[in-house]
This record gives sequence, structure tokens and C-alpha cells, in this order.
Amino acid sequence: MTPIPAPETGIEPMTLWHALAGPFIEYPFMRRALVACLALAIGSGPIGVLLLLRRMSLVGDAMSHAVLPGAAIGFLIGGLSLWGMTIGGFVAGLAVALLAGIVSRHTSLREDASFAGFYLASLALGVLLVSTHGSNIDLLHILFGTILAVDDSALFLVGGVASVSSLILLAIYRPLILECFDPGYLRSVSGRGSLYHLIFLVLVVLNLVASFQALGTLMAVGLMMLPAASARFWARQVGSMMLTAIVIALLSGFIGLLGSYRFALPSGPAIVLTGSIFYVLSILTGRRGGVLTRLLATRHLTG
Amino acid sequence: MISTPVISLENLTVTYDRHPAVHHVCGCFQAGSLTAIVGPNGAGKSTLMKAIVGLLAPAGGGIRYAGIDRRRDVAYLPQQAEIDRSFPITVADTVVTGCWQEIGAFGRVTSAQWRRVAEALSAVGLDGFGRRLIGTLSAGQFQRALFARLLLQKASVILLDEPFNAIDARTTADLLALVQRWHGEEKTIIAVLHDFDQVRACFPQTLLLARELIDWGPTDDVLIPANLLMMRQMAERWADDADTCSRNRD
Repeated sequence: MTPIPAPETGIEPMTLWHALAGPFIEYPFMRRALVACLALAIGSGPIGVLLLLRRMSLVGDAMSHAVLPGAAIGFLIGGLSLWGMTIGGFVAGLAVALLAGIVSRHTSLREDASFAGFYLASLALGVLLVSTHGSNIDLLHILFGTILAVDDSALFLVGGVASVSSLILLAIYRPLILECFDPGYLRSVSGRGSLYHLIFLVLVVLNLVASFQALGTLMAVGLMMLPAASARFWARQVGSMMLTAIVIALLSGFIGLLGSYRFALPSGPAIVLTGSIFYVLSILTGRRGGVLTRLLATRHLTG
Repeated sequence: MISTPVISLENLTVTYDRHPAVHHVCGCFQAGSLTAIVGPNGAGKSTLMKAIVGLLAPAGGGIRYAGIDRRRDVAYLPQQAEIDRSFPITVADTVVTGCWQEIGAFGRVTSAQWRRVAEALSAVGLDGFGRRLIGTLSAGQFQRALFARLLLQKASVILLDEPFNAIDARTTADLLALVQRWHGEEKTIIAVLHDFDQVRACFPQTLLLARELIDWGPTDDVLIPANLLMMRQMAERWADDADTCSRNRD
């Protein structure tokens, strides 16, 4: 069979399809970035929803900063190598999460306060390490990520994290939800309440390390929390909230990448800003408690 | 009637910050008994409940469970404040967690179990509430939902911590009827209560607590003026300069 040649028209019509898909068809690096965004959306979206429902939204942010010194040490040992920085970041993030967890469980300090203490120390150490041993360019890479430079191994990492994290989440969904809204009951019927909390923290760190590759430490939490906060305005129950968050995260990635390509903007911030636009739109128009819905629903029902 | 102890408190002491909240309490709950725990605020009633469920570890003495498994056979209704009511979960999904011992962390909920959820909701007067979010229920309706979860737990010992606080008279009467039904099924029930008339009318046994045990036995023998006077004299304040307790050291 001979392939049918595409008709040569000489002019390139700027169709909608072309505007939306063109950059991704044309450039492999854009395709990779889009696949990375898909994986991040699937991994981080549900984790963000659980953080939000546990009132730990800012803890995600703190953890993403805590990843820095580990990544920096990995960087010092192996240069800008994916695995060194990933493993270092994972260890550092987990260490801060565990220390903060232990301190909040065994002293009178609350979890948010102990997280704040440890992540600040970790962040300072990380910036110190990077700035004394690397160039400013390196620092920028680590702080803002390089989603357009995602190579195959980084893609495998991000995809692997998303798969593992989704599978674990599915497996421990019920106890995790129960631990969120009625931890006392879980403790009275099962002895493993804190184990589930621990697994959840590991998942948070894993997903942060994955998105840290693409979006950098400062923005890593963007695809986690913004879609989750937006989804709260649309979905009624936890499961549908997670799906909504995934869709919003994916759309943010797609539109953000496209915008960064068309207007020559840095892609990480463009993606997170797109997420912010979804967030503001959700606040205004969201079906569940959005501003417009509240303003319009002035007539009450009969019973 | 032959009495068999189910839960024995053996010189039990539970502390907060080394100050005793439950101090050297001895005695046992008989199988099938219906006991009210009565005492002033700060008397250690909730602390005692939490120790029995295993949420607090004793600082001295111990609790013995005879012929029951603490996690499987003891159901516990805490005071409401411990549950996040803003969580986006439906009433039915909340109630079905009562089947935890059958479905565990991973098992599937069978249609028979969903039927039991519907029956339990109907038994507490919440027909048709299954798909509502818990945040939309009133305090009384939510308490009914938690009783429905207790119904599913199939536990032989049921602990209720101030179950009728801020609950209207009709709901209280309905839930009290459920307690009576459990009593009829020979479950062991322990409830923290404040309403003496209710205790006298419905609870055969009373444990009077003011950090130390004041009295424990048939309600009419326990709720007598001398005991109540002793209860009111409990010092609510911790003694900042208290010495180390050396009683019953072994």
C-alpha cells in the first residue's frame, strides 16, 4: 500500500485544529511536556484534593520547599542529573514530613506549625547549598523547573509516579477518606490510622518530586492545589472532586503550554497561571457556592 | 442472674500532663449491663471512655477485656466535635463505615450491606437521607446518623459519650428507645450522661465519677444526696504543686 500524499496547497490555513494541536504535532519537546502535564494531573490532582480536605493546603507548599536541600545535594554530587536530584529531593521531603509528623504527634506543637519550622530550615539549607556551589542558572532551573526540557527518563519518572500514586490511592482510598473526616473512629476500629497518614505523606512527597522536575520547587505545588481548590466549586463528593481536579489540571497544562509557545513565555509559570485563571473562574461561576450562583439563587424553595 | 464481667478496670489511672484525670478506679462492667457514667465537668468521664476504647493509654493500672476483642466488639460514639462535618461525604457513605470489621480497608460493600445501611437509616428515622451530604444535616439528624452507624457495627459493647447533648426531646426519646432495644438484645452499654432524671428512669446501673470513683452500683443506691454532695466537692482545678502519688504502688 502506498501512502496517499497530502495535497500541496502552498498556503498554510490557520485552522482551530492547527492552532491547538500544531505546536504539539510539530515539536517533540512540546509533546513530551504535554505528556508530563497529563501524568502530573493524574498524580497530583487527587493528592491535592485530599490535602485540601485535610486542611493541609499550605502544607503541600511547605513540603515542596522542603525538597530543595535534598535536590541540591543530589545536584552537588551528580550535577543536573535526574535521578540524583529526584532521590535527594524525595529523601529530604520525606524527612521533613516525618520530623514534622513526629513532633506534632508527640509534643504540643500543631502539625502546621511544626511543618513551618522544618521546611524553613530545609529551604534555607537548600538555597545555601545551591548558591555556594552552583551558578545562578542552576538555581533558576531548580526554582522554576524545565518542563520544555523533559527527556525520556524524566517522562518515565513522572509517569511512574503518577501510576504508582494512583494505584496506592485506589488501594487505600477508604481508610484514607475515613482518616480525613473521622480519625477517631478509624483509630477505634483499626490500629493503622497513622500508617495510612504516613503513606499519604509519602505520596505527597513523591508527587511533589515529580512535578518539581517539570515546574520547579516554587511552582511544583501549583498543579496540585489550584485544580483541587477549583474542583471544590464544581464537585459534590470526594471522588468527583478528584476527577474534576484532574481535568482542570490537564486543561491548565495544555492551555499553559500553548500560551507559553505562542507568546514566548516561560512555561512553568504559564501553566500555574492558567490554573489560577481556572481557580478565579471557579470562585466566580462555580456551581457549588460560587459567587454568581449565590447572587442569582435569591428565590428560595417551598420545602 | 449470674453476672460475668466484660470490662474490668483494675486500679486504672489515666493522666494528662501527669495530672490524673481518672484516678485509681476499680470495678467492672457486667455483660448485658446498662450503665450511666455521671459526674461534674472535668471528672474524667470522657477520659475513661477513651481509655476503654484504647485511644488513651493508662498511666497506671489497666483495663481487662474478658471474651471480647477491643477493636471488633467495642463500638464508640465520641462527642461530636471530633468529626469534620464540612467533609463532602454522603450520609450513606458515612453510615456504611460501620461495616468496617466486615469490609475492612479494601473489601467491596455488598448489596446486602447497602440494604442494612438503608434499614439502619430507617430505624433511626432518617429515611431518604442517604444521599444528603453530612454537612447539610442538623445536629440531631447527624446524631441519628451516627446511631445508624452504631447499629451496623454489631458490637457487643457500646460506649456513648454524651449522646444526647444539644439534642431535642423527640430525637432523644427515639435514640433512647434504640438504647433500650440494645439493652434488650443483651449488649453491654456505657453512656456518659448529665440528666439525672433520665439516668434514674432508664439506666439501672450508675458509675459516679469525680476523677476518683465515688460510687458504682444500682442507680438508686448511687444517686443519693451524700454521694452527690461528695461529687460537687471535687476540686476542678489541678493542684500545680501536687506531690507524686504513691498510692497502691506495686
